[in-house]
Amino acid sequence: MLANSYVNTLLFGVYPYICLVVLLIGSLIRFDREPFTWKSDSSQVLRKRELQLGSTFFHYGVIVVILGHFAGFLAPHWAVDWALSPVAHQLLAMVVGGIAGFVAIVGLTILIHRRLADPRIRLNSRKWDIAITFMLWLQLALGLLTVPLSAFHMDGELFETLTGYVKGIVTLDGGAAALMVDVPLTYKLHVLLGFTLFLVSPFTRMIHIWSGAGALSYLFRPYQIVRTPKTRAQEPTRP
Amino acid sequence: MKIRAQIAMVLNLDKCIGCHTCSVTCKQVWTSRQGMEYAWFNNVETKPGVGYPKDWENQERWNGGWKRKKNGKIVPKQGGRLAVLAKIFANPNMPEIDDYYEPFTFDYEHLQKAPELPTAPVARPLSLITGRPMEKIEWGPNWEEILGGEFDKRSQDYNFEAVQKDIYGQFENTFMMYLPRLCEHCLNPSCVASCPSGSIYKREEDGIVLIDQDKCRGWRMCVSGCPYKKIYYNWTSGKAEKCIFCYPRIEAGQPTVCSETCVGRIRYLGVLLYDADGIERAASVEDEQDLYEAQLKLFLDPNDPAVVEQARADGIADNWIEAARRSPAYKMAVDWKIAFPLHPEYRTLPMVWYVPPLSPIQSHANAGAIETVGEIPDVRSLRIPVRYLANLLTAGAEAPVVAALERMLAMRIYFRQRQLGEGDGQAVLAQAGLSVAQVEDMHRYLAIANYEDCFVIPTSYREDAEDAYGLKGSCGFTFGNGCDFGPPHSTLFGGKMGRRKLNPVRPLDT
Repeated sequence: MLANSYVNTLLFGVYPYICLVVLLIGSLIRFDREPFTWKSDSSQVLRKRELQLGSTFFHYGVIVVILGHFAGFLAPHWAVDWALSPVAHQLLAMVVGGIAGFVAIVGLTILIHRRLADPRIRLNSRKWDIAITFMLWLQLALGLLTVPLSAFHMDGELFETLTGYVKGIVTLDGGAAALMVDVPLTYKLHVLLGFTLFLVSPFTRMIHIWSGAGALSYLFRPYQIVRTPKTRAQEPTRP
Repeated sequence: MKIRAQIAMVLNLDKCIGCHTCSVTCKQVWTSRQGMEYAWFNNVETKPGVGYPKDWENQERWNGGWKRKKNGKIVPKQGGRLAVLAKIFANPNMPEIDDYYEPFTFDYEHLQKAPELPTAPVARPLSLITGRPMEKIEWGPNWEEILGGEFDKRSQDYNFEAVQKDIYGQFENTFMMYLPRLCEHCLNPSCVASCPSGSIYKREEDGIVLIDQDKCRGWRMCVSGCPYKKIYYNWTSGKAEKCIFCYPRIEAGQPTVCSETCVGRIRYLGVLLYDADGIERAASVEDEQDLYEAQLKLFLDPNDPAVVEQARADGIADNWIEAARRSPAYKMAVDWKIAFPLHPEYRTLPMVWYVPPLSPIQSHANAGAIETVGEIPDVRSLRIPVRYLANLLTAGAEAPVVAALERMLAMRIYFRQRQLGEGDGQAVLAQAGLSVAQVEDMHRYLAIANYEDCFVIPTSYREDAEDAYGLKGSCGFTFGNGCDFGPPHSTLFGGKMGRRKLNPVRPLDT
């Protein structure tokens, strides 16, 4: 069914933009209108033990994976080609992505166990807290499944197609969806679930990723912060 | 020099009776909410004891406060900026809720609804985190109240450093004191320095340290950054919260709730003028034992015309300068030198100061001649070891604590001699380095403790601070966007507040 050209356009041509728009506008509205709900929502204070290992593994793994996706898909040809052949590029992506993805899924598995098995955490979880962890686990699993699949396509051609698709989406190329028609199902599901994660992000704890990036500004600020009555008066007063 | 003003607090431990009224009134007003059951912005610890949360003074374990690097710079002990960010996913230095205690209630309903039983029904403890029965309550607020528990455990108290603690395990030699604790509203707060989102700030006009709830992202670095463990993670709202020094009351010229309700009248609130440019230098002095003196030097004399002129130039209102002249905090900390910061070795330059407690002369001395130094009993023969107090208040430097205790004893001897017609007390004053005017003042402030002497709080200029017209008819202090009360409105974004409804309590099988 996914191969039907109408459905294909809907899923890979239209849906991504819906997801991206909801992600951006939704996040903006939440940040602006509901700042008190904007948080990482840590449950570390309730139970530290499994979180220490699970959260560290998951986050570091997933950060490498995400940065890898950005670099791999969005870096222009001239920035990569002088250093890596398409085959070497694909191999690098498989090795680095595979290792990081494995670390992340191990961490996430620990975290899921903690969330479900520990009554303190289980009883204080929202439905979305649990749903999003399973979605992420599935996404990591699909991503890892593509590693052995890619091993059968070591010529770099499939990677070229996928890169073309992502670049097409980013550059508003209307023909991008057509590139996905003949891509194996695992990749299709991985792409669709990825965009779905974007879609639900503004309504879940995933918004803390924005703040995680924002926290990098901590590296450049002085340690002490003093607010004067004047600077406080300029902040909007919310009734 | 840049002069700023701060409302500082002094607690006279000599008069604290450990009644916990401060803690209870504070809790009623500020933390009687889900997610904050375990949090006490103000708590009273019995010392010696491991305290709340357990072992909080052990910075080898919690890595709170600052550390001085070899090059003389200070960085948060839990790490510099990059190290803090690297630990953001799981903070290894953060206490778990069990280090405070698992909040609980009791199944009172069962007492009324239990069927007829051969034995009386029991109200079993229920966890406020899960709503489920707890097998056993292992720890709670004031678990060590009045030396409850074994000496082995409470002697883990960090302040026994360099004290021969074994002898204080014996009943005849045992000692105790109360230590009410709240946020220190430090001059060099390590919580502010640790916050990756920059949500914690110090107010310029009165020094109160606050967390911007809309900017807090729940990264939890302030919890571990604060060496006094006075920032609490609200596990329902996912935000950090701390003592707000009752700033709405302070702005209106009223004392904080803990001070207002203090039965023993041990609390004092007053303005201290300080040199904001000197903070980093004072916090970075090499020897930990010099930190108390270094901080003392930051405080400026409000009667010095040059200071007044500079203060006015820096925008400090005249009513604040006038309040600084009458400040009980200035008198006790700077003038009489009987008040000290709590654990200055953390290098945060705390602004809640303590008058050390006197204690009975030990029994063996009591039986015969009291050991005296000149006119004053030897403070080393007091039941509470001087070194213990020094570990608490001056990073182990005994001389300032000894001098303070002697002054307090001198005040008593002076008044006793005059009251009983035993002399004019001049000799004892000379020995303690006090003038008659000073000792009369000390007596007025410490013994009588009139309300208007204890609390000299200038009102702030609210018209500068807030748009009163915009606040007119609004719902005051809220969490979330809008009024807290009434039926929760639905929202797309993760619930109004917190992550859950209260779990229904499971029926118990009995």
